Amino acid sequence: MSTVERPSEPGAQAPEPPATSGPGARNRTNDTSLATGEDLGAMATIRRGLHYSPELKDGILGTLLLAVLASVGQVIVPIAVQQTLDRGLNGDGGPDTSFTVLMGLVAAGAIAVTTWASYAMTSRLFTTSERGLATLRIKAFRHVHDLPLLTQNTERRGALVSRVTSDVDQVSQFLVFGGLLFIVSVGQILIATVVMLVYSWQLTLVVWVCFAPLFGSLRFFQRKLSEAYGIVRHQVGLMLSAISEPVVGAAVVRSYAVEARTQARIDEAVARHQRASVRAQGYTAFSFSLGGVSAGLANAGVLIVGIWLGFAGDLTSGTVLAFAFLVTLFVGPVQMGTQIVTEAQNAIAGWRRVLGILDTRADLVDPGAEGHVLPRGPIDVRFDDVGFAYPSGPPVLRAVDLSIGAGRRIAIVGETGSGKSTFAKLLTRLMDPTTGAVLLDGIDVRDISETSLRSSVVLVPQEGFLFDDTITANVRYGRLGATEAAIRASAAELGLDDWLAGLPRGLETRVGQRGESLSAGERQLVALLRAHLADPDLLVLDEATSAVDPQLEMRIGRALERLMSGRTSVTIAHRMSTAESADEVVVVDRGRIVQRGPHQVLVAEQGSVYAGLHRSWAAQAASS
Amino acid sequence: MSNTTDRSDADLHDTAVDTGLQHGKGRGSTRAGFAVLWVAIKREPGVFAVSTAGSVLFGALTVADAWVLGWSTDNVVLPAFRDGEVGGGLLWAILGLFLGVAILRAVGIVARRVGAGIMQYRLQASTRRAVTRRYLALPMEWHQKHPTGELLSNANSDVEAAWGPIAPLPMAVGTVAMMVIAIGQMLVADLVLAIVGLLIFPAIIATNVIYQHLAQGWATRAQELRAEVSEIAHESFDGAMVVKTLGREPQETERFAAKARELRDVNIRVGRIRAAFDPILAALPNLGVLVVLAVGVSRVTSGAAAAGDVVTVAYLLTIVSFPIRSIGWLLGEFPRSVVGYRRVDAVLRTTGEMPYGDRPAPVGTGGAELRVEDLGYGYEPDQPLLDGLSFVAEPGRTVALVGATASGKSTITTLLTRLVDPHTGVITIDGADLRDLERGALAEQVAIVPQSAFLFDDTIRGNVTLGADVSDDDVWAALRVAQADGFVEALADGLSTRLGERGTSLSGGQRQRISLARALVRRPRLLILDDATSAVDPEVEQRILAGLRPDGGTGEGGGTTLVVVAYRKATIGLADEVLHLEGGRIADRGTHADLLRRSPSYARLVNAYEHSSEQVT
Repeated sequence: MSTVERPSEPGAQAPEPPATSGPGARNRTNDTSLATGEDLGAMATIRRGLHYSPELKDGILGTLLLAVLASVGQVIVPIAVQQTLDRGLNGDGGPDTSFTVLMGLVAAGAIAVTTWASYAMTSRLFTTSERGLATLRIKAFRHVHDLPLLTQNTERRGALVSRVTSDVDQVSQFLVFGGLLFIVSVGQILIATVVMLVYSWQLTLVVWVCFAPLFGSLRFFQRKLSEAYGIVRHQVGLMLSAISEPVVGAAVVRSYAVEARTQARIDEAVARHQRASVRAQGYTAFSFSLGGVSAGLANAGVLIVGIWLGFAGDLTSGTVLAFAFLVTLFVGPVQMGTQIVTEAQNAIAGWRRVLGILDTRADLVDPGAEGHVLPRGPIDVRFDDVGFAYPSGPPVLRAVDLSIGAGRRIAIVGETGSGKSTFAKLLTRLMDPTTGAVLLDGIDVRDISETSLRSSVVLVPQEGFLFDDTITANVRYGRLGATEAAIRASAAELGLDDWLAGLPRGLETRVGQRGESLSAGERQLVALLRAHLADPDLLVLDEATSAVDPQLEMRIGRALERLMSGRTSVTIAHRMSTAESADEVVVVDRGRIVQRGPHQVLVAEQGSVYAGLHRSWAAQAASS
Repeated sequence: MSNTTDRSDADLHDTAVDTGLQHGKGRGSTRAGFAVLWVAIKREPGVFAVSTAGSVLFGALTVADAWVLGWSTDNVVLPAFRDGEVGGGLLWAILGLFLGVAILRAVGIVARRVGAGIMQYRLQASTRRAVTRRYLALPMEWHQKHPTGELLSNANSDVEAAWGPIAPLPMAVGTVAMMVIAIGQMLVADLVLAIVGLLIFPAIIATNVIYQHLAQGWATRAQELRAEVSEIAHESFDGAMVVKTLGREPQETERFAAKARELRDVNIRVGRIRAAFDPILAALPNLGVLVVLAVGVSRVTSGAAAAGDVVTVAYLLTIVSFPIRSIGWLLGEFPRSVVGYRRVDAVLRTTGEMPYGDRPAPVGTGGAELRVEDLGYGYEPDQPLLDGLSFVAEPGRTVALVGATASGKSTITTLLTRLVDPHTGVITIDGADLRDLERGALAEQVAIVPQSAFLFDDTIRGNVTLGADVSDDDVWAALRVAQADGFVEALADGLSTRLGERGTSLSGGQRQRISLARALVRRPRLLILDDATSAVDPEVEQRILAGLRPDGGTGEGGGTTLVVVAYRKATIGLADEVLHLEGGRIADRGTHADLLRRSPSYARLVNAYEHSSEQVT
């Protein structure tokens, strides 16, 4: 989204007052939203950006040197041409061929050096900034996966994607064309000031006074632009999200014939983005045009004050006229610098948003190498006074105390919304409890290394997500590098070989986006196969076979029972049969465990929650 | 503005330009780039004129600035120093002239830049509207073939790339005018020197051709990679939970990193080519000046030209060098622009949207009659998913589709709602072939509750009504039947609670119930439930089903024809007729009781749960 007519987009910018809330203020622990980095000042953004992408500093001195060479060269060429014209062609003794040739060669040499320096500089900038940004992109991508499940779920997908795609692209433009040019401009402004001081300090003062309003207003425009581009980046995310609806929800949009409504929502988002962009562009144009007005003021000021000083005998007309030309040397870099500073806001806004991801705390901190490693073998589970509540929500689980012996098969039952799924997520450390602790083999899950935890504990959720690839590739997510023979053996163990044989391309069948070429039941089969291949010591099934036909489900159930011997399993059950065959049933009601024990014992407890559930199951299973 | 954009959407295809763009592959990327610009200018002539005028004004006042300095020197500064006095009026004149020129020039800048911005963003917006209209018009089959990330990329970064050259356009056009004047003056000054000087133009064109040739392929690749990087990010974030539970973050990061690195390398290549192009373009006029001087000196020596003419030509050539640079910035954007335009255009040109008939929705109050005759469908001709399927659902009756996983049940529901058309056979509703109905007519009659609920980033109310004019009372009534009233009441903002993208703030069962309420609130005459209560507890499901029974709930369900895909016997038990599907064919049909009695495979399927636990029932 290049908004300027120069490829020289934006550069760095003047220092801002220290950010009040410090760089990358951390999210409060119970806040699920992503940091936008909005509290990060421009300089702080650049500093943090350099911290995450150290490649940006590679060879910066050499690049700077080339930049100076290129810009000095740009001055040499006109001078050489001027000299040739004045002395070679219009010299006192008529045209001087040898001088012309000499100067021509010098000028040609200067052009060659300048061109090369300019190429080398830009080329180096492209290389280091693309390298640095690739690193940033990859780090941010990884960090999205490290974010709490809750944050991942509440953030708009399109907005998350835009942070690792278009936001990063935005920064790249800025780094290549802006940063160095800004430094060079500042240098040129300083040199021009020194030269002007040599001629006349009074007139120099006049020039600076004339530009003072511009410099003063810079901060205002910077703030305005920063805000305006912040809105633009935000609108980009909303727009992407709106655009994704007819793509992801294609079936619903069609079957309900709500094309017009969906289009209206997109049109609205597109219009908002357009308005925000034009508004930002307006600020940019206006702030840029101010430089020219200041220049006009300075020109007039120099002449008027010059004449007045001339009357006082301090200046000659030659000095005044020379000064008028010096002003242009000053104006050029000022305009360039102003433009870079203002336009940089867009890139900075993008950079902030990418850094915002990295500054959002990954609330499940992996203890890493210091973490405990679970011994292989059946796992013993203990919930110690566990409570959980979503941020600013009512408690979902309250004071749960539960221990599950190693190798036991437990069924968890309860009504929708009773907290069953939360239980599964805490057990597999997709979330950490608000109070209390979950212990596996006596170790707090927060102290177990992520690698060990993920290889020993596997959750199969109700809606198993599949990647747009073959069944083989999806199943290998469970065990990297599993051979085809191993996959086939696993499938046979689960009784899925008939189903596989019925697929047009067997294991090589492509599952489509999110697995949508398969039915919901088939997606669950792939997810199950994937989990089985992972060979966990603790398997947690959250209604993992709810969409599979009864016959197959029972077959899988029996197979799982066999396979789970010697492991611990926790099943969120939606069928009586699962509860019946478990060693023990745990009944959850409104966030508390209200009953536990074998099926026969619980069902006999008159008026209990479990007896009620059992009645409805029985009614449903009875043929009518 | 809406007038302009609506027209632009319709005009998006300009035949002459399009043929140039379509066939202009390879060496024609400059031509194709100009063709894209031409499309842009034709669609936004007004804004283009304003911004170009701004650019010309800016150019003219840049010259005027020099004139003001000259005038002040001759008429004010020098006389003042000579005479030792100056009139106050003259000082005011200096101030007025300089400021006037500066302010007018600022107006020029603002007009140029704001104009270019408005033009660029309008074009982006209208293209995005056009692209998303295609997304909505094209059939499901097309969507199934195109990854989400790619489609998002088409509507986002490809659109941006296509209209990238609009920003430098007014500047370039404005300076072309300056160039023409300068070249005219050169020709007047000295024909031979002018021609020598103008030799830089073939050199510039050659440089550009080489640049476009070198950059085009890499720019195409970069744009493809941008889409691929976005696809991976999208998919990976979608599957974040699986990645987390299996601890596959390192592998996913590596998958993303591989593409990100490829994009980095290609971007560096494009950047290096660009890095060479800009300075070479800047150097050519300077070299031209040197050649002019060399030739000029010999012409002056031989008396063929006056020294002043050489100076004039050389000076004009340096003047020309700046415009050429700004044209270079324009041309530099071309490769990316042409690639983006072509990618977007491919979507806009895709046809094959579902044809609609002109029959209005059948009129009727009670349930609709659904008739399916000899239905056949399959992705590949030799492997039909459905074959020779025929059945009738009489008004107000319930038909259950029962079959093993992957027996074709969900495919039938997509055909009944006309997400796809059958390859053979006919589906009629109240005697009307679905294909003969006008757009939107089917949705007035039929509602489907799919297996996996899709919710919009909207309020609960918005998700239930989908913009239909429905009172809150009706919404609550539908939520009540769907057993969703309880949890919705508990939400802080009730019906106005925003659900977030795809309703991820709700549980699977809650999403299904909202999706069910969405169907119920429309009082469809044919309701299709595709295993729509699988994520709901049996007890809740029982209550929902009771609400759907003709005599139960609100009574709204009375008379509605129902097609249900189900496994649970309580659900199947509701059906007047059960179709037992095996491998895409109807293996048997009848009432649940009949089938249980005579079909062992049916009994095995639906009785599976009881067989495993004899103590129940």
